[in-house]
Amino acid sequence: MNQTFVIITVLAYLSSMGLYLRFLYNGKDLTGKFATLLMCLGLVAHYLALLMRAKGTHTVPYHDLQGSMSLFGWLLAVIYLCLEMYHRQRTVGAFVLPIVLVFFLSAYLMPGHPSPPTAVHGVVFALHVTLSILAYAAFALSCVLSLMYLGEERLLRTRRLGEVVWRFPPLELLERMSHTSVLVGLVTIAIGTGLGFLAVDRLPGQQTYFDPKYLVTLLVLLLYVAYFRLARTSAWRGARASKLCVFNFVLVILSFTVVNLYFTQHHRYF
Amino acid sequence: MEIVLVGLNFRTAPVEVREKASFSQEQALRAAEELRSRGILEEILVLSTCNRSEIYGVHANANRESAAALSSYLSNFHAVRPDVLNPSLYHHYDRDVVRHLFRVSAGLESMLLGEAEILGQVREAYLLAHENRATGPVLNRLFQAALELGKRVRAETELGTRPMGVASAGMKLAERIFGKLNDRSALVLGAGTISEQVVSQLRDRNIGHLYLTNRSREKAEEFARQYNGKVIEWGEWDAALKLPDVIVSAVGVQDPLLTKPLIERAMTARGNRALFLMDLGLPRNIEPAVSAIYNTFLYSMDDLTEIVQQNRDARQTEVPKAEALVEEHVGKFISWQASVELIGVMDTLRGSMKERRAAFLQEKLAGMNHFSAEDREQLGKLMDELIERLLIAPAERLRMEKEMRKKIQSLEAIRDLYLSDREKP
Repeated sequence: MNQTFVIITVLAYLSSMGLYLRFLYNGKDLTGKFATLLMCLGLVAHYLALLMRAKGTHTVPYHDLQGSMSLFGWLLAVIYLCLEMYHRQRTVGAFVLPIVLVFFLSAYLMPGHPSPPTAVHGVVFALHVTLSILAYAAFALSCVLSLMYLGEERLLRTRRLGEVVWRFPPLELLERMSHTSVLVGLVTIAIGTGLGFLAVDRLPGQQTYFDPKYLVTLLVLLLYVAYFRLARTSAWRGARASKLCVFNFVLVILSFTVVNLYFTQHHRYF
Repeated sequence: MEIVLVGLNFRTAPVEVREKASFSQEQALRAAEELRSRGILEEILVLSTCNRSEIYGVHANANRESAAALSSYLSNFHAVRPDVLNPSLYHHYDRDVVRHLFRVSAGLESMLLGEAEILGQVREAYLLAHENRATGPVLNRLFQAALELGKRVRAETELGTRPMGVASAGMKLAERIFGKLNDRSALVLGAGTISEQVVSQLRDRNIGHLYLTNRSREKAEEFARQYNGKVIEWGEWDAALKLPDVIVSAVGVQDPLLTKPLIERAMTARGNRALFLMDLGLPRNIEPAVSAIYNTFLYSMDDLTEIVQQNRDARQTEVPKAEALVEEHVGKFISWQASVELIGVMDTLRGSMKERRAAFLQEKLAGMNHFSAEDREQLGKLMDELIERLLIAPAERLRMEKEMRKKIQSLEAIRDLYLSDREKP
């Protein structure tokens, strides 16, 4: 059953990606609507695949790396879909879907390693993890949008328009979409971190350990707040703010990889 | 021949002749009425734009004489001497009319290849004629097909998607930066023809605030009245430049008007919000070094001309796609026309054969008195059935024939071989 949902998800995401690319080329409303529809279908199938997997392993999706990656891909797609509806802009889909697909496929193709059970459980902990992954997905999306902004801005300033520029969304819209995405990330990471402390606080016994992840998360939070503030100032408005956004996401990736692998014992896959 | 077209366009007639041969809506309706009452045409549609005046008509026996009558009518209607008008006129019949109209609605016959306005003009002309009952089944079908094709060409090809003029290319670029321009402001320097084109484009895009400045304040005020803009004092650059998101300059100057320090000050005053500058002056009005300033987008006349040229080339590559669609729709229309004709021809043939059968029986049975009235009726019915059986197979084969040329040739052969001139539909 799980395999069926995996196949449906891959097919739906692939077709949706194809249609988003076609939409980028022909700009037809109907093509865009079908792309969105297929993405919705992919999201439902992806959710069911996550559910079946969790039932199979008798644990939550973020218990192992594969599950975390798949959940990240799903949340990225959810955030993108919300952003698409809010800003009524579909041209970004062609750039987001490949990332979603890569995360989903990697999660299912990667060999699984059994992970030891975590000390923390419960609804608060589950919310802490889900919101944190949601924040990372939102930051990933803002990074994609910022990269698009930088590419388009460069083409426009150097007057090498080619085919691409006419298909991209306007620069200011990309900027607004990136802000929305970062705002979602900031709110969710702030709530998620707070819930994390609450979950630890509820553990029996004295839990006063220090985790380097706290520092890195605080740094990420501060840098995104800085981006959010600076992007509206005269000195940073435009390309500089977009570069900062990309830099911030590099830090998020470092937090995900280097920090999780080598410096923390309590944050394995998120 | 059934459909006929007589007309002129920008390729065949100079503007002086086009002006004289154009139709207002009232004139188009009057011409349709007169052409019908004089028996020149049965269905009429006049298509008149700044680049063409064409009369589409349907007559059961449309031929070169009816085209000549139409030319003569045009000459009289507009009071233009035939020796002035006739060299500019073109005549088309049937399939060529269909192809010509389809090319027109696709934008392939437009001065600006692929322009979208023509489709609206074709629609307006059709609605006017249709509402006034000037059209009939043939022209209704023809123009509906033309409108359908026009939409399809614009949806399936890139013939009309890219800007073809310097001013519209500039506006499209501004939209790449700001999105819709209705909450933006623009400043236009100069009040010449180019500035007017730009202002017209800005107004088409519902620009939020339009500021105008010119050396001659009077001219700027006249311009501002015409386009609902606000005049800014010439030379007060620091105040003027901090307002707009789009600056267009098209004035005659020896040295650049807008220098780098001036734009740097303006950018500081406007909090580094993006600024799009179009320099349409020669010599250049804006210092090229301005393009190095953060968050500015400077395009000169050369840059925009290059974009327009690229777009022209890109549109040209779309022509074969549009032509293929035109041919597909011409085939469909001719097929429809032929299927309608097939029914007509077969009905006439059936009627003719039944007439001959009746005459034949009457002649042959005249001396055969041993046949009762019932026998004669039975014989007649049997022969009618035979006629039906003989006709049904070729009619079906003709209906199924995919090759249009062959279908029409066969239809023509049936008409020539079996029907008298009087009987031909």
